[in-house]
Amino acid sequence: MKYLRTVSLIVAVSYVGIVSAAATDGATLAQRGNGHGAAPCMACHAPNGGGMAAAGFPRLAGLPDAYLRKQLEDFANGSRANATMQPVAQSLSDDERDAVADYYSKLPVPAQVPAPPLKNDVAQSGQMLATRGRWSENLPACEQCHGPGGIGVGDHFPPLVGQSATYIANELHAWQGGSRHNDPLQLMQHVAANLSDADITAISTWYAAQPMAPKEQQP
Amino acid sequence: MKAACLSLIVAALALSACNHSAPQAVAPVAKTPAPAASAPKKAALFVPPPESAIPSDDFGKQVALGRQIFIDPGRYAKAYVGNALSCENCHLDAGRLAHSAPLWGAYPMYPAYRSKTHDVSTFAARLQGCFNYSMNGKAPPQGDAVLVALESYAYWMSKGEPIGVAPPGHGYPKLPKPAIAPDYTRGEAVFKRDCALCHGDDGQGQQAAGRTVFPPLWGTQSFNWGAGMEQVNNAAGFIKANMPLGRGNTLSDQDAWDVAYFMDAHERPQDPRYTGSIPATRAAFHDTPESLYGATVNGQLLGRGVAARP
Ligand code: HEC
Ligand code: HEC
Ligand code: HEC
Ligand code: HEC
Repeated sequence: MKYLRTVSLIVAVSYVGIVSAAATDGATLAQRGNGHGAAPCMACHAPNGGGMAAAGFPRLAGLPDAYLRKQLEDFANGSRANATMQPVAQSLSDDERDAVADYYSKLPVPAQVPAPPLKNDVAQSGQMLATRGRWSENLPACEQCHGPGGIGVGDHFPPLVGQSATYIANELHAWQGGSRHNDPLQLMQHVAANLSDADITAISTWYAAQPMAPKEQQP
Repeated sequence: MKAACLSLIVAALALSACNHSAPQAVAPVAKTPAPAASAPKKAALFVPPPESAIPSDDFGKQVALGRQIFIDPGRYAKAYVGNALSCENCHLDAGRLAHSAPLWGAYPMYPAYRSKTHDVSTFAARLQGCFNYSMNGKAPPQGDAVLVALESYAYWMSKGEPIGVAPPGHGYPKLPKPAIAPDYTRGEAVFKRDCALCHGDDGQGQQAAGRTVFPPLWGTQSFNWGAGMEQVNNAAGFIKANMPLGRGNTLSDQDAWDVAYFMDAHERPQDPRYTGSIPATRAAFHDTPESLYGATVNGQLLGRGVAARP
């Protein structure tokens, strides 16, 4: 709670200093917002784009350009409902969305704050879900779509490593509850529907505790 | 006598796996009264032992190695692999998943008579075929450590199953004939809608950190023209039950047939049994409407092959 208040303070302060010039430069948008609804991204996603783990603000740095662009679209059209991000995304023009997605996709993946070590049984069930899945319930392993070590694959499959346990769990619950239903072919809705609360705890803490792979060799 | 005859035919059908079947053998089966047909639709599926039950003794080491080869043959059986696929790509969950031609559905059915060559194949010989065709590689010689490990894994997985009885969930489902003949253009539309996200617009799959995540469906790094997946009926059954990944049985039968046809109407490495001419090779090994080898689709003659390693 205290954390959120601090964040809104930062947001408010940054707002005051906004310049009115139309900003289609990604870096400017990230640092200052656009002056008509989009607060500076870095207030929540951190200056290096690494996000804020405790608050569930995701890492944006190094995510695929097309994926970031699509999420802004999805927040704006409501297929990904979120009270914080929807107004931000709605206020961005097409050009601004392009610029800011391009900007974050090119930021280097920030060094990770080590997540707390896991209890053994939780770690084991997390690793099982990540690497083997649970085919008795038609549940593929996370890494079959998110890549080895959860580093992400191509334009459509975002990395999971480098995101906080809070954020990963939030998204899985959002799919379960239907507030996020922007996934292609309903792939994640199906995955989330087959996860229990204990599974979500296990898989989100497991990924958050994985070492960040050196910047994946993208073609 | 009749029962013996039936199981012979069933065994011969089970053989139609990583290499070509003899589709002519299918007809008599339909006319034979099959007791299995009256069984309840949701027959209980065999549940293989959990992976945690692999023993830690010397036998268990072979089982564990077999499992590793099955999941990652490019690493653990490198000398025999000529493409970017793994056994698991077509036999999901490390060969454990029902309706995905699981190992426990195959192991109890060997040795089996093979109508095409009039001989009896062992399980090891069947595995050899997979390396030759599905993996576009070379068959490990009889007795090779790779075959010993794979066979140990399949044997361990089949513990407690009756011998010579095809268990429910074996092989890929046999889909009823499509209402309208499979079509390339319709298949292409299904591909773009439901497959390209993962397998790529060009069907070449996607890699991450040097590993195949989404396998290629055609081209130099996929299965060759001798593989079982080259037959449209096999591909349609696999796709219907298992694709899109995690969303099996969501496609209509017609969509599964159309997209299987589309996939199998693309060029891939030559059949290793190539005799020097496409029509002769078709006559010898692809004489079935389920194979597009030697057919002309979209103005393209299929079966010319593409080099395995550029
Ligand atoms: C007040 C805090 C806040 C601000 C300011 C903010 N965001 Fe966000 N952002 C969030 C939160 C919270 C989420 C996670 C929403 C959810 O759980 O679905 C998020 C998610 C996202 C995502 C989805 C990431 C993913 O991995 O799917 C993108 C993209 C994004 N924000 C871009 C931006 C951009 C661009 C800006 C600046 C123009 C911005 N955000 C400003 C809080 C903020
Ligand atoms: C069948 C493919 C598939 C599998 C398996 C899969 N995912 Fe996903 N996942 C996706 C796709 C596609 C997206 C992107 C959705 C979008 O475009 O918004 C995604 C997105 C996510 C996100 C949101 C990331 C972000 O930055 O907002 C999380 C969290 C996630 N998946 C967790 C998991 C976990 C945990 C598992 C394993 C239990 C898993 N996924 C398995 C396909 C898959
Ligand atoms: C490109 C897909 C593909 C790959 C890769 C593949 N297979 Fe197969 N496999 C098939 C098809 C198709 C069948 C035939 C199934 C049927 O007849 O229903 C089959 C059948 C089999 C069978 C017999 C199944 C039965 O029920 O009779 C075994 C055993 C087998 N494969 C093992 C392997 C092994 C071991 C590997 C790796 C070295 C492998 N396969 C790689 C597609 C593949
Ligand atoms: C969500 C991603 C995803 C989608 C969508 C998807 N596949 Fe796959 N497909 C996979 C993965 C992953 C494998 C390998 C499975 C494994 O190793 O467990 C695979 C394996 C295959 C194979 C066997 C291996 C090979 O390369 O021949 C075929 C054939 C196939 N898919 C066809 C299709 C078709 C046709 C569609 C569309 C109807 C489709 N797939 C949609 C992810 C996907």
